[in-house]
Amino acid sequence: MVAVSSWGRLKSSEHNVLEFSDRSQIQNLLKSNFPGVAHGMGRSYGDVCLNSNGNLWFTRGLDRFISFDSKTGKLICEAGVLLKDIQQMMVPKGWILPVTPGTQLATVGGAIANDVHGKNHHVLGTFGNHINKIKLVRTNGDIIECGPTLFPEFFSATVGGFGMTGVITEVEIQLRPVAGPWLNTEIIPYNDLDEFFNLADASEQEWEHTVSWIDCLSKKGRGIFMRGNHTDLNLGDIPNKSQLTVPFTPPVSLVNKLSLKPFNMFYYYLNKCHKSNTLSHYESFFYPLDNLQGWNKMYGPRGFYQYQCVIPREFGRDAILEMLNQITLSGDGSFLAVLKTFGDFKSVGMMSFPQSGVTLALDFPNKGNYSLRFFERLDAVVKEATGRIYIAKDARMSRDMFESGYPRLNEFLKYRDSGISSEFSRRLIGS
Amino acid sequence: MEEIKKRIMIIGATSLMAEHCARIWVKDSPVDLTLVGRSTQKLEQVAEDLKVRSPHSNFNILQTDFIDPIAIRALIDKFFEIGTVDIVLIAHGSLPDQNACQDNLVDCHRELLVNGVSPVLFAEACAFHMQQSDYGRLVVIGSVAGDRGRKSNYIYGAAKGLVTRYVQGLQHRLADTNVKVTLVKPGPTDTPMTAHLKSKNQKLASVQDVAKLIVDAVDRGESTVYAPRKWGLIMMIIRHLPTIVFNKMNI
Ligand SMILES: Cc1cc2nc3c(=O)[nH]c(=O)nc-3n(C[C@H](O)[C@H](O)[C@H](O)COP(=O)(O)OP(=O)(O)OC[C@H]3O[C@@H](n4cnc5c(N)ncnc54)[C@H](O)[C@@H]3O)c2cc1C
Ligand SMILES: NC(=O)c1ccc[n+]([C@@H]2O[C@H](COP(=O)([O-])OP(=O)(O)OC[C@H]3O[C@@H](n4cnc5c(N)ncnc54)[C@H](OP(=O)(O)O)[C@@H]3O)[C@@H](O)[C@H]2O)c1
Repeated sequence: MVAVSSWGRLKSSEHNVLEFSDRSQIQNLLKSNFPGVAHGMGRSYGDVCLNSNGNLWFTRGLDRFISFDSKTGKLICEAGVLLKDIQQMMVPKGWILPVTPGTQLATVGGAIANDVHGKNHHVLGTFGNHINKIKLVRTNGDIIECGPTLFPEFFSATVGGFGMTGVITEVEIQLRPVAGPWLNTEIIPYNDLDEFFNLADASEQEWEHTVSWIDCLSKKGRGIFMRGNHTDLNLGDIPNKSQLTVPFTPPVSLVNKLSLKPFNMFYYYLNKCHKSNTLSHYESFFYPLDNLQGWNKMYGPRGFYQYQCVIPREFGRDAILEMLNQITLSGDGSFLAVLKTFGDFKSVGMMSFPQSGVTLALDFPNKGNYSLRFFERLDAVVKEATGRIYIAKDARMSRDMFESGYPRLNEFLKYRDSGISSEFSRRLIGS
Repeated sequence: MEEIKKRIMIIGATSLMAEHCARIWVKDSPVDLTLVGRSTQKLEQVAEDLKVRSPHSNFNILQTDFIDPIAIRALIDKFFEIGTVDIVLIAHGSLPDQNACQDNLVDCHRELLVNGVSPVLFAEACAFHMQQSDYGRLVVIGSVAGDRGRKSNYIYGAAKGLVTRYVQGLQHRLADTNVKVTLVKPGPTDTPMTAHLKSKNQKLASVQDVAKLIVDAVDRGESTVYAPRKWGLIMMIIRHLPTIVFNKMNI
């Protein structure tokens, strides 16, 4: 048994770990080692990648490329390949992943299973929009190949399917051409939510990447808006930056009332004075946190929750204001509060999180029942505004909240592999 | 003008350590790489991956019997006949269950052959050609386990000890030549070989770090390298522990 935790470090529990390394052996290995669930880099915050006291199938050893067509940008690789490995190898060749989350230390399989989104959702949709083919191995030994036109229902259940439809072993991804690693970026402060929405709308046509950091302790919702476009300017690459590591877990969370207010003020004014127009390397623009290894330890031994929801546009402003209000009332807050609009893309996955609207993501140190009660107040706001919560980040939502946010659940369950079970599935699907 | 590519052969090319060495080599510049193993299918997976990483490299796959001296000689002779060889890495090995080796001499025999005799036969076949051309680098992966026998894995340790003593002799033989022979002694490293050790909470080195040390050691022509390097110190202590102390340890 091996102790494994997910990114939120809410607990560390024993798992019977099985490491895949030879993709031709998975079918055999699964037959005698289920039920269980796949685990990529464990960058999900909650329980989708956990199965305490049961089998956990590590996919990181499936890290081989299979083929690449430099004319069309079609890449076939194993599911444990890191997004980072693809970026570092492909950007110098003039190709880049069309969609990536805020960390590149995630696997291709994990990115599919949560149908992850990036800063360019309004232009390119989610990770699943760029997948041509998936090869799945099921615990009964079946091998299924699916894609947008090949068994499309299976594909739609697998993209954003939390690993429930089988183990993804091979994937064909359509990369997009890119001139180099640089982006033209702008940083613009906003004073309230109306300004945020105006900026987001105004940027939609001309800017591929948009995101904002919101000061969740400010009642009106001030923040910093960031946008970027890939540029043809080729300055070459920069040498690897040094990595910082959080060396140990502090006994208490370093993120607390005392540190939060000054940090938010400092960050706001720092960026407010910042030169607004700069050239950024894609790594620092897309994955700013990857350079601080183990930052999740800052929250101390009890770990932390991330709360991420999406709210349809018509209710977005009011719902976000109400959530900020709840945060202020609780006095708790979040260093990393991200506010961003999603475009009108229809997600390919039945259970994909992104939908047209505005998404808010907040981190909170784990304070036990106190935190749980607080999240229920946020849930009430989200539910009333007909929004949903991102399962990749969740470890606590109720079944009711889950079912109201994901109306295609019953359709999805038809494609589930009965030999796959995770802590998430037992909590929210019942087995 | 096309640059001349380094000719490299990896024996036991499906070993994760070897695979990561190959990834470093192809990253540096296109190479001419021959991958030797016992399963064509697994070798192909490795070659496909390297091909994507380095489209301008050449890859060949050879399947062979790892304990047949005639087959080994033929394979190596043929490879050297084609042209000068820059690097040969001998990486294969298997970590057996010590108890099984004690209980069953068939297991014991097989493990001694695979971990001890087989790498020596490959190395010996290469040494002949390298000495003749007075050129080349030969790298053999031994183990810290070969430094001192201990009850939990002395069959494996004995085979690795054989490799150590063999390389020592070969280095002596080739001391006056331009051929460099490197012995790598990894400590516990995170590869499929040690998957079962994780549950025992054993700390494992990352395979990328170990591969980097191997490639650097070859570049520098070092004669022995512990990977990670701290194992040099640890093993020096272990080797020098008095028997009376050592025999009380449960390792
Ligand atoms: C700093 C940070 C920033 C982030 N930013 C974003 C963001 O901007 N947008 C966003 O969408 N997400 C974001 N995330 C979340 C992250 O992208 C997802 O949780 C992603 O799924 C993690 O991938 P992983 O390889 O770690 O998968 P894991 O977390 O290990 O697993 C995730 C799910 O994938 C399944 N899975 C993994 N591999 C396979 C496989 N081979 N076959 C079948 N199922 C599999 C698991 O069973 C599990 O259900 C962020 C996370 C961090 C830590
Ligand atoms: N990992 C460690 O902790 C550690 C520590 C000290 C020394 N080492 C040594 O490092 C070297 C590389 O090992 P690794 O860690 O990379 O392990 P690995 O990934 O498990 O690779 C083992 C390799 O040996 C081959 N092999 C095993 N049995 C064989 C046999 N009977 N005939 C032919 N080939 C056989 C395997 O071939 P298949 O792929 O066909 O199975 C594979 O190529 C080995 O010499 C090992 O002894 C490892």
